[in-house]
Amino acid sequence: MLITILFWVYAAVLVGAATGVILARNPVHAVLLLVLCFVTAAALWLLLEAEFLAVVLVLVYVGAVMVLFLFVVMMLDVNVEELRRGFVRNAPLAALVAVIVALELGYALWVRRLGVELPGTKAPLPAGHSNTAEIGTVLYTDYVWPFQLAAVVLLIAIVAAIALTLRHRPGVRQQDVGRQVAVRPAARVRLVRMRSEHEP
Amino acid sequence: MITLAHYLTLAGVLFAIAVAGIFLNRRNVIVLLMCIELLLLAVNFNFVAFSRFLGLLDGQVFVFFILTVAAAEAAIGLAILVVLFRQRRSINVEDLDAMKG
Amino acid sequence: MGIPQAALLIVLAPLAAALLAGLGGRQLGRAGAHSVCIAGVGLSFVLSLWVLLQLAGGAPDYNGAVYTWGASDGLHMEVGFLIDRLSALMMTVVTFVSLAVHVYTIGYMRDDPGYQRFFAYISLFTFSMLMLVMANNFLQLFFGWEAVGLVSYLLIGFWYKRPTAIFANLKAFIVNRIGDFGFIVGIAAIVCYMGSLDYMEVFARAPAAVELRVQLTPGETTRAVTLICIALFIGAMGKSAQVPLHVWLPDSMEGPTPISALIHAATMVTAGIFMIARMSPLYELTPHALHFVLVIGATTALFMGLLGLVNNDIKRVIAYSTLSQLGYMTVALGAGAYGAGIFHLMTHAFFKALLFLAAGSVIIAMHHEQDMRRMGGLRRYLPVTYWTCLIGSLALVGFPGLSGFFSKDIIIEAVHHSPIEGATYAYWCVLLGVFVTALYSFRLLFMTFHGRERMDEHTREHLHESPWVVTLPLIALAIPSVVIGWLTVGPVVFGDWFRGSVQHGPDGPLAILGEDFHGPAAFLLHAASAPALYLAFAGIATAWYLYVRRPDLPDAIARRCAGLYRLLDNKYYFDWFNENVVAAGARALGTGLWRRGDEQAIDGVLVNGSARAVGALAAVVRRVQTGYLYHYAFAMIIGLALLLGWLLLRT
Repeated sequence: MLITILFWVYAAVLVGAATGVILARNPVHAVLLLVLCFVTAAALWLLLEAEFLAVVLVLVYVGAVMVLFLFVVMMLDVNVEELRRGFVRNAPLAALVAVIVALELGYALWVRRLGVELPGTKAPLPAGHSNTAEIGTVLYTDYVWPFQLAAVVLLIAIVAAIALTLRHRPGVRQQDVGRQVAVRPAARVRLVRMRSEHEP
Repeated sequence: MITLAHYLTLAGVLFAIAVAGIFLNRRNVIVLLMCIELLLLAVNFNFVAFSRFLGLLDGQVFVFFILTVAAAEAAIGLAILVVLFRQRRSINVEDLDAMKG
Repeated sequence: MGIPQAALLIVLAPLAAALLAGLGGRQLGRAGAHSVCIAGVGLSFVLSLWVLLQLAGGAPDYNGAVYTWGASDGLHMEVGFLIDRLSALMMTVVTFVSLAVHVYTIGYMRDDPGYQRFFAYISLFTFSMLMLVMANNFLQLFFGWEAVGLVSYLLIGFWYKRPTAIFANLKAFIVNRIGDFGFIVGIAAIVCYMGSLDYMEVFARAPAAVELRVQLTPGETTRAVTLICIALFIGAMGKSAQVPLHVWLPDSMEGPTPISALIHAATMVTAGIFMIARMSPLYELTPHALHFVLVIGATTALFMGLLGLVNNDIKRVIAYSTLSQLGYMTVALGAGAYGAGIFHLMTHAFFKALLFLAAGSVIIAMHHEQDMRRMGGLRRYLPVTYWTCLIGSLALVGFPGLSGFFSKDIIIEAVHHSPIEGATYAYWCVLLGVFVTALYSFRLLFMTFHGRERMDEHTREHLHESPWVVTLPLIALAIPSVVIGWLTVGPVVFGDWFRGSVQHGPDGPLAILGEDFHGPAAFLLHAASAPALYLAFAGIATAWYLYVRRPDLPDAIARRCAGLYRLLDNKYYFDWFNENVVAAGARALGTGLWRRGDEQAIDGVLVNGSARAVGALAAVVRRVQTGYLYHYAFAMIIGLALLLGWLLLRT
């Protein structure tokens, strides 16, 4: 019973926050509302006993990605009014498409029942069950190659993000490691043969 | 009693809201990126719900990967955005028509 | 040394000489070049004669491969020699005439700047012709066939600064290509239906394949062997200048006279005759092809002879005579008397080479004047040339006892007894041809050597007999022209000389004639009862009356029969037809295809048109590409909605 109440509360907060994200006038508000969305989503996933993902969502998304969003929004001097032009004019079309999509999804789910026998109750969990341990087991056995691949994707994303935003400011003295490594003695030292000035 | 259908409906509503957001905030790239995050969240909801109700863990592994890719996407997208703003002092999508045929 | 080694040496000696004279002519000098070439061809001649005597003495035929070029799917491509009595006879004739022409050339080409080149060419020709006649397979036959055609082309255009010579060699080449197309179709058909290139294998398989049929037009089948034989004969028509592919031979007289003698009279043009005689086991299987051969040959024999009556160029008259005589040989083949065809080929090689070389001697004396209307009375100035030319002419018209008499009479009799359809037409053609032959031969003789002297003073003062290198070959050729018929008619035509190499039908005309043959003397007496002899004498008498007794009459006759004269003077309008219909039509077709097909259809519609169509389409479609990010996003989302709707509504 408590679970049911919690579900409805969180669901309401999630839908409200999502609506706020798309309607917010100020991008900073939008980001903060999105953070709220993710947090309620994490709570709902806890209701589904997906503890690991719930924690990951909060840590990775709220802790890293959303903070990144927030940085960007705050760092860039964005003319908000300019960006919101045409907002009202687009509203009917936006509503129409959203309703169509929602109706289609609802039709598929509630009328067609997705064409399969939907399970009515949650699958039973054994005693002493640990969601994190199970995901870890699967991830490091069956999905070890995709897991490695995901790591590579992240590495590339890091390199790409740095490469994109890196800029060389003129007038700043920097160390060029490549040139340091490639240097030859002849470029640094010149040996000169000369007479000694005083006769011994 | 909360059934699978409840979760799926919630995900569908979230998805529709995100779609509407893309149409509404067509000029603002940052909000567009946020809407995409919402879309992915809606999809992840489905995965987690199905995984739990079917008792199969693979759905949650998929969510894990989707989160990975979404994080990468957000990082690169924002990096592009920063570079773009440096060049143009604007993130208005209507200024970006270099691909016009 | 055995026959295989001799065969190899016979072929390679002229080739080596040609290479030496052709590539090292500058170093060898004139005397060096002609010495090398004459030595090469002389060696070939001596060895050929030795091989011929060996075979005559009962040595077995030689048939073997020298070199295997390639083998593919059971098909062997080889260089190999088939030395039997047929090829030995041809080798001896070819090398003998070639040797005579080599010697003669020393005198004829004395002042020509292309002296070494000329010797290289004629030695190369000798090599090619020997490859052709000694081949034991169709591939090598084709090699020789094309090689002689190439050398012929080079030699007709030997004086490459003359536009007429270039035109003539181009014409010869193109007309020969038409024939060669038929030839190679024939060879391809042989490979297709017989599965071999080797003569003996093909001949062995042919009787089994005789009922194979091929569908040429819908609903109608032809026997494959007939198709093969007719296709091969089309090749022979090109090479041996049979109507309607004869047009190149008169023009080939643009080449130097030794060439006319060697290539365009004695040897190369007889390659077609030789080839068909060689293929006699195939032709014997198909009366339809023989009928075709017979009719074409008979037409050539009579109607080309008629053209010799109106021409005034001494070499062209002999060229038409050659055409007519080639027609005789073809008639002999068509009648199934292959031995008679080869026999006439041999005798003709001697006396026609003789006539050409005599004409060349006249041309030297006349300072390269070839028009007979400016000659006359040369008998006093050129006695040796006159007498040898008289012998050649008598041999040609079939004076009793001379070589042409035997060969021609046998052909006429063979046609008379031939069972092939169309033999009656052919018989009348060759019979009338005898009269025509005598008329044009002695017209030439009388206009050149008898009558009033019509040349200018300057030329008359310089008239003198040619040097020994010219007259010696004339005499050397005159001797076989007289005696070769008498000596060889018995064994070659009626004996078993060609047994094994040429196949005659058991009821063929030669078998019938052979029953009545009792030696050359009896044959001579028997001929007195046949019409051919009297027609020949009538021709000579007519020529004498028209060109010696009443020289004004021919012009009067020409005026009286103006239409006929114009027809003959224009050579039955073959050249007109070829130039204005075939060539012009081909050019019009080519221009049409170029303008309409290539420029408009391919370049205009297909290439530029497709580019323009893509451009026009892109000009419309580019409006869709706004470049705005959200338009693409909208398109994706609306697309998603539509796809979802379609998936839901579908079931």
